[in-house]
Amino acid sequence: MLYKESNNKGIFKSLDWFTIGLYVVLLFWGWFSVCGACYDYNKPDLFSFDLNSGKQFIWILTSLLLAGALLLIEKRFYYKTSTFVYIMMVLILLITIFIAPDTKGSRSWIPIGPVKLQPAEFAKFAVALAVGKYMDRYGVSLYTFKDFYKVVLIFIVPMLLIIAQKETGTALVYLAFFLVLYREGMTGSVLFAGFMFVVDVVVGVKFSDETTANGHVIVGEAWVLLLSLLSTIFLVWRYCKDNIRVKNLLLYGFGTIVLAYLFSTFVIPFNFCIIQLLVNLGVIIYLGIQYAYTKSYKYLLIILFAIASTGIFYACNYVFTHNLLPKHQQTRIEVLLGKNNDLQNAGYNVNQAKIAIGSGGFIGKGFLKGTQTKLKYVPEQETDFIFCTVGEEEGFVGSAGVLLFFLFLIWRLIILAERQPDTWGRVYGYSVVCIFLFHLFVNIGMVLGLTPVIGIPLPFFSYGGSSLWGFTILLFIFLRMDAERNFKSK
Amino acid sequence: MRAYEFERRQYVIAGIALAIVLIYIIRLAFLQLASNDYEEIAKNNAIYNKIIFPSRGSIYDRNGKLLVYNEPAYDVMVITREMSDLDTLDFCKTLHITPKEFEERMAWITDRSKNPGYSSYSQQLFRPQISSADFLVFQEKMFRFKGFYVRERNARQYKYPYAAHVLGYVAEVSGNDIANNDYYKPGDYIGKQGVERSYEEVLRGQKGIEVLLRDARGKIQGKFNEGKDDQKPIPGKDIMLSIDIELQALGEKLMQGKRGSIVAIEPSTGEVLCMVSSPTYSTFDMVGKQRGENIMRLLQNTNHPMFNRAISGTYPPGSTFKPSQALTFMQEGIITSDYTSYPCTQGFRFRNMKVGCHSHPSPLSVKPALSTSCNGFFCWGLYYMFNNRTKYASTQEAMTRWKDYMVSMGFGYRLGIDLPGESRGMIPNADYYDKHLKRWNALSVISISIGQGEVTLTPLQIANQGATIANRGYYITPHIVKGIQGGAIADSLKRPHYTMANARYYEEVVSGMRGAVTSSIGTCHGAQNPWYEVCGKTGTAQNRGHDHSVFMGFAPRNNPQIAVAVYVENGGFGATFGVPIGSLIMEQYIRGELSPGSLAKAASIASRSVN
Repeated sequence: MLYKESNNKGIFKSLDWFTIGLYVVLLFWGWFSVCGACYDYNKPDLFSFDLNSGKQFIWILTSLLLAGALLLIEKRFYYKTSTFVYIMMVLILLITIFIAPDTKGSRSWIPIGPVKLQPAEFAKFAVALAVGKYMDRYGVSLYTFKDFYKVVLIFIVPMLLIIAQKETGTALVYLAFFLVLYREGMTGSVLFAGFMFVVDVVVGVKFSDETTANGHVIVGEAWVLLLSLLSTIFLVWRYCKDNIRVKNLLLYGFGTIVLAYLFSTFVIPFNFCIIQLLVNLGVIIYLGIQYAYTKSYKYLLIILFAIASTGIFYACNYVFTHNLLPKHQQTRIEVLLGKNNDLQNAGYNVNQAKIAIGSGGFIGKGFLKGTQTKLKYVPEQETDFIFCTVGEEEGFVGSAGVLLFFLFLIWRLIILAERQPDTWGRVYGYSVVCIFLFHLFVNIGMVLGLTPVIGIPLPFFSYGGSSLWGFTILLFIFLRMDAERNFKSK
Repeated sequence: MRAYEFERRQYVIAGIALAIVLIYIIRLAFLQLASNDYEEIAKNNAIYNKIIFPSRGSIYDRNGKLLVYNEPAYDVMVITREMSDLDTLDFCKTLHITPKEFEERMAWITDRSKNPGYSSYSQQLFRPQISSADFLVFQEKMFRFKGFYVRERNARQYKYPYAAHVLGYVAEVSGNDIANNDYYKPGDYIGKQGVERSYEEVLRGQKGIEVLLRDARGKIQGKFNEGKDDQKPIPGKDIMLSIDIELQALGEKLMQGKRGSIVAIEPSTGEVLCMVSSPTYSTFDMVGKQRGENIMRLLQNTNHPMFNRAISGTYPPGSTFKPSQALTFMQEGIITSDYTSYPCTQGFRFRNMKVGCHSHPSPLSVKPALSTSCNGFFCWGLYYMFNNRTKYASTQEAMTRWKDYMVSMGFGYRLGIDLPGESRGMIPNADYYDKHLKRWNALSVISISIGQGEVTLTPLQIANQGATIANRGYYITPHIVKGIQGGAIADSLKRPHYTMANARYYEEVVSGMRGAVTSSIGTCHGAQNPWYEVCGKTGTAQNRGHDHSVFMGFAPRNNPQIAVAVYVENGGFGATFGVPIGSLIMEQYIRGELSPGSLAKAASIASRSVN
């Protein structure tokens, strides 16, 4: 008993009040935004429970209570129960698929009394705890395949279950764990490969219909093949440290393509992509020979990457021409890449969101004065497109302010994560960091027309109790962990 | 701990976060700071300027009798989204339309290519201007016709069928109206003719604007900026005409079946008491849905009933022009009233030239010449004036002098009445004859002295001459509007214009014109009455067809209350139609009613047609 009391007193002192301050500021800033978004000209009482602003106020108060309660739960409690919590969460996600009623095509909401809860929003902390606990075991190395795939499995399983609930957006958040793994030693080539795939898809799809002046070459195809070649050579240089081979590859591979390009442009026009394809294949065979000599698995992985990135243009083309993606997802990608300019239908949301933000100007129209959002020109204005209200009513000052506050929060959480005494705490801390970062990146990016429309909330701003509670739990478990950093033992 | 070797990766993650936030802030700057385009688009999205139309001013006659006013008209509107369980048959029966018309109209409303402003959330015009009777029935049943509404608008209504030319009408603006004036928008109404046109800005008032917020579905959600940007409409002002509607009614009745015009003016003020142009049309034709069709029909009529002859028609004044000649000759000293006599033996004879006249004593001086309307006297007068080389260096100079007199009497230029479409008539000058006749002298232009030849006047100018004589030498610009609610008519309509002739010469002319009424051989003998002294001058204007019958007069001789001009196309002698119509108008105005004898005379004239 004595130990416990002194513990709690110390907690109060060593709590990171800076983060708590940021949390409270963002919470109320978010509430004002929800007020602006759901304001009804006929019901001016913002605290009315008819309005989402009234409900959100209750969610905020309960979140504060929840936060306080979480600060009282010791770190070791999580350590002991995290496996159990994780398994329970996975089971709940699984059951949800079958018991949740259909809400706009998604099966992720469980009605409990007057409210609806979304288990997917609560699963994040459980997965983060589980990943941390696994990583904390002695001798776990992300360089060994058996450890790596187990860690990945811990967050891929709930991700797949959420995809099965038709909440692809929420599921994609779990990709943020790759960034956590990167901090813990996973090779950066995974991030690099992922980044290059995204670039390839963007370039490939955007220019899939464009041809060069002579009409023989599809621009997208040529660029994707070139990017694939160069990124493969980069990986060989970076991870195999084999400068001679890199020189050879550059000289013969890249050189051939340059010659083919010049010949096509100035002598006889022809589809030089065939030459590019042959060069890429040549590189793959060359790397295969290297693997046969060295038996280094690195070459094998690079070969896999080379094959995938060479084929990605053709794969995307196939997916888009055969309509393999759900219609709305394909349209969202086309809108983002500027290939679909139908502002009345497909491009409506993003265009109206841009108008809302753009019309805010430097200092905005003022609290409750935004017209784009209140008059329902922007859809999903209280939830996923809440940043429009910030942009319209608070202008550049407000919206840049929100971004900077989130940057402070992330920066502060990185510092907290780095000062954790153990891997568990650090991994959990980085999970919090990366999940916030992913939400910020995708949600605001989509409102600004820079990322595809993926329906995930902006932490503390978007209306909704589940996500608010989810983020509160995520954050305050970590703050309690951090407060215990100076105590020994678990 | 092994993980330490990866500690530097915290900066990579922090760097990613920093990069994302920076890129997003730059993007925000582009959206929010680079241009105001989005602000405009957002305004166009959300702000709906609802136009509030002011009520148009009413029009009264000089005695305060209401002539033109506004009456609510009812348009049937529909919000297609709210329509449900419509009993189409009952609905069609109520509005007196066929189910097919119903289908066609609904198809038209919902077709965005034809009806670009369509929204299923806002009111669409289903049927304009239903009758009040239909409205009453419709209103009772409206609860059964879900989604249907009635919009009230103001439409022009008339109390009397008279004075159509003076009042004009109101109709939808034309493309030209919109192009010429930013105030008007398609669908607005504008005065098209008469005082509705000339006093458009007074009558219409100023539109107001209600700045409203419209949501994405086209539904109104409230006022923008708590209504601070709203502009209240300024209602149009009422106007009072100088027209006496009773007199106007009598005039129109007398002119039935005849082409021509009556203009009566109060000499002391220039106020037009009646202005008849015949054939005319009923003001009631300019109301409601049938207006367009009626106007087309009127425009196709070969008698031009929409043409306001009183101010736009130009006619040879004939002998009604002679007083102006008498005044000119006396003022210029060509003749003296009692001593100068000219011979007239059945007309003016000079070498091979002859201008005919009728039987009367000869030779004669100016007063009897006016009374008997002697052509010879005025021809000699002009001859001696144009050939007077002691006064004028040339015929041209004499002609110019003569023209200056005519212009000072209000001829040859627009008088400036406050109605659209006034003509200036024609007073030839020396240049005109130099150009058209090359070599000319007094004899070549002699007929201008008796109001023939190149001289033409509008009936308004003839009446104005009557008013000038009644005033003994000046006139006030004739005008049709006597007063404006909370305002005044233009100063230019109140100023006296003096002619070049002295009042004492006018007195001579008045005696001559009085003689025309009192003398047994006077041309206006028919205008004699026991109540007041009438002065008059007839005219029998020659033209290619049958002569026009003209009369110009005023009464009473002293302190005249009314000057009148009557012009009946192809009506024959001035005494045939001109004199009786003119005297009836004067009697009605001065006595306020017609005597039994006059009533019979009026009925008889009204029943006579001139083809």
